[in-house]
Amino acid sequence: MFELNAAGLHFTELNRKVRELLKDGAEEIILKNVGGQRYIADGITGSQKIYIEGVPGNDMAAYMDGPEVTVFGNVQDSAANTMNSGRIIIHGSAGDTAGYAMRGGEIFIRDDAGYRTGIHMKEYKDKKPVIVIGGKAGDFLGEYMAGGIIVLLGISSGHEGDIVGSYCGTGMHNGVIYIRGGAEAYRFGKEVKTEDAVPGDLEIISGYVARYTEYFGGNAAGIMSHKFQKITSFSSRPYGKIYAH
Amino acid sequence: MLQKEGVIRIPSGCAIAGIINRKKKTFSGDSIITSISLMHDRSNGLGGGFAAYGIYPGQKELYAIHIFFDSHEARMSTEKYLGRYFDIESGEMMPTRKSAVIKQAPLIWRYFAGPKEAALEAEEFSFEDEDNFKSIPDADAEGAREKEFVVRRVMHINSSLPGAFVASCGKNMGAFKAVGYPEDVGEFYMLDKYRGYLWTAHGRFPTNTPGWWGGAHPFTLLDMSVVHNGEISSYDANRRYLEMFGYKCTLQTDTEAITYILDLITRKHGLPLSTAMAAMAAPFWDEISRMPDEMRDSARKIRIIYGSALVNGPFSIILGCEKGMFALNDRIKLRSLIAAEKGDYVYAASEESAIRAVCNTPERVWSPRGGELLSAGYEEADHDTENETVNVSRYIENGLVNINAGIQDRGVDMHIETNADYAGRSNNFLKYNRNSKRVMAGTNAGLKRESERDTEVRAV
Repeated sequence: MFELNAAGLHFTELNRKVRELLKDGAEEIILKNVGGQRYIADGITGSQKIYIEGVPGNDMAAYMDGPEVTVFGNVQDSAANTMNSGRIIIHGSAGDTAGYAMRGGEIFIRDDAGYRTGIHMKEYKDKKPVIVIGGKAGDFLGEYMAGGIIVLLGISSGHEGDIVGSYCGTGMHNGVIYIRGGAEAYRFGKEVKTEDAVPGDLEIISGYVARYTEYFGGNAAGIMSHKFQKITSFSSRPYGKIYAH
Repeated sequence: MLQKEGVIRIPSGCAIAGIINRKKKTFSGDSIITSISLMHDRSNGLGGGFAAYGIYPGQKELYAIHIFFDSHEARMSTEKYLGRYFDIESGEMMPTRKSAVIKQAPLIWRYFAGPKEAALEAEEFSFEDEDNFKSIPDADAEGAREKEFVVRRVMHINSSLPGAFVASCGKNMGAFKAVGYPEDVGEFYMLDKYRGYLWTAHGRFPTNTPGWWGGAHPFTLLDMSVVHNGEISSYDANRRYLEMFGYKCTLQTDTEAITYILDLITRKHGLPLSTAMAAMAAPFWDEISRMPDEMRDSARKIRIIYGSALVNGPFSIILGCEKGMFALNDRIKLRSLIAAEKGDYVYAASEESAIRAVCNTPERVWSPRGGELLSAGYEEADHDTENETVNVSRYIENGLVNINAGIQDRGVDMHIETNADYAGRSNNFLKYNRNSKRVMAGTNAGLKRESERDTEVRAV
């Protein structure tokens, strides 16, 4: 286990040191006193584990391919931007556009997610990205979503009303969003339909809920005792008529 | 003027930050410099600036006028102009440190001054202005007249006196801005030596307009200052609207328009700040359709009357003023904004890490929704309830309720107590607004057009 004190380091210096450690064969790295440094764990490949104490800067784990990043704090905007595989476990909340254009791997967010979570995430064959959100999500959840799974639980904080913001699934054309307890019809974009999750869906959801409670605690059976709403797109090509003449 | 076009282009965004002590306990400029400098990489060195409140307690009855001059000639002619209208108690070169990185500084002066009584008496105001002065809450007509007098002088200097730009003109506050990174600008102006109870800061990354001294943030008028991350697509529509009320947009930057919109609606029209914010980040028509009756009525009126004050495009702003610190995102939140609270302090910034750099263990950290006003006023008995608590509520709960509350406050003077009367009052505004009058004349057609516009925005 290697330890790096990030206090006062510019992101170029911090990320260079992380890469050097990984190159030298480090399997686990702890980054302490992280404060806004951008691009941490970006573009790295392998199966190493990185633990972050503090608030990492924007675009954390962008293009990451394999490693596991655990954050003890909140993350800022665009975490897991175009991430390819691996896992991010956030003991806190995420800023806007977490999982932006994500292609594979998993994000577990203990608390809330900001605006445009999972915007344009996509899947191909066995590459299926997953975002699990314990709290509430902002507007435009799964906007232009083209694949993958988003599970929204709304359990980790005492929110009133819908646990998802407006324009959820606007422009969505593939993949699925599951919302515990569901939300009112006006919350959704016109490209998506809503229905009750069926046993096959619940099996998928309960797998991720078990993992969520494994990381953050909580009662999986209690979480699963609620109804879930399933959101999918009407069409896999909603704008086809706009662009094809 | 000292204008320099940005030559490098790195995808990034501006940075904003603000700190307030709600009990008006002062603290040095070090904190805000630390906070904004953590976001160094969000700006590119073509503009940085600060607004500081409570820094001139010894001269708090006087207007503190900060001015940039291109030359001594410009200073002489501006001082001559000022001398005709103001009793200038003191004037001095702004104290600055020599800096290796802040270059091509103009001559920076500050004056403490009050309007000459005779000049103020001789100033002519229109019927509409007088009418508005009478209806402004929490201020006598005399005070309102004086403020308008000061604004007119500032507009004249900025638009008609070559080589002179007013950086700020409020009481017990000042703007300190330059071309450079914000931490260097703070060092240059020696902000560590000042103590204030509210500070805002900006690191600039100019995209569409030149990076020059006058174009650095904050943009101020009287006690109001705005720092802004984003860009206003509706700038020209807003500018043309503002020009009808005597505002002159001369600083080649969109943010200036935001400051004037806030000034227009709060000072000239005497409506609560939350109303101004609800006009700038107006709720979508489909949201309005789901509001309770009274709220829906207010929201419709604001969208109709202040349609030209709608600020389209991505923005997050932090506003400093005599009532406290306020922050707002555009309604679909296309820029980042985080807030935190600890004890009497409230923080806002583009990034959470910038807040934690000066407050590592906040009691609460949150992200206001798009169009949701973050309101951190002073804890003072004589302020209205709007500012008594840290109040984060979406316009549909706060802004619009306050619109009615604000209108009812003024009802004492104006005999306006109901929404129907508000409509009458609204017609007053329309006297000066030909565009709105047209919309009002064909309300339904206007609403429909607006609805279509919203739909377009969403489809993008």
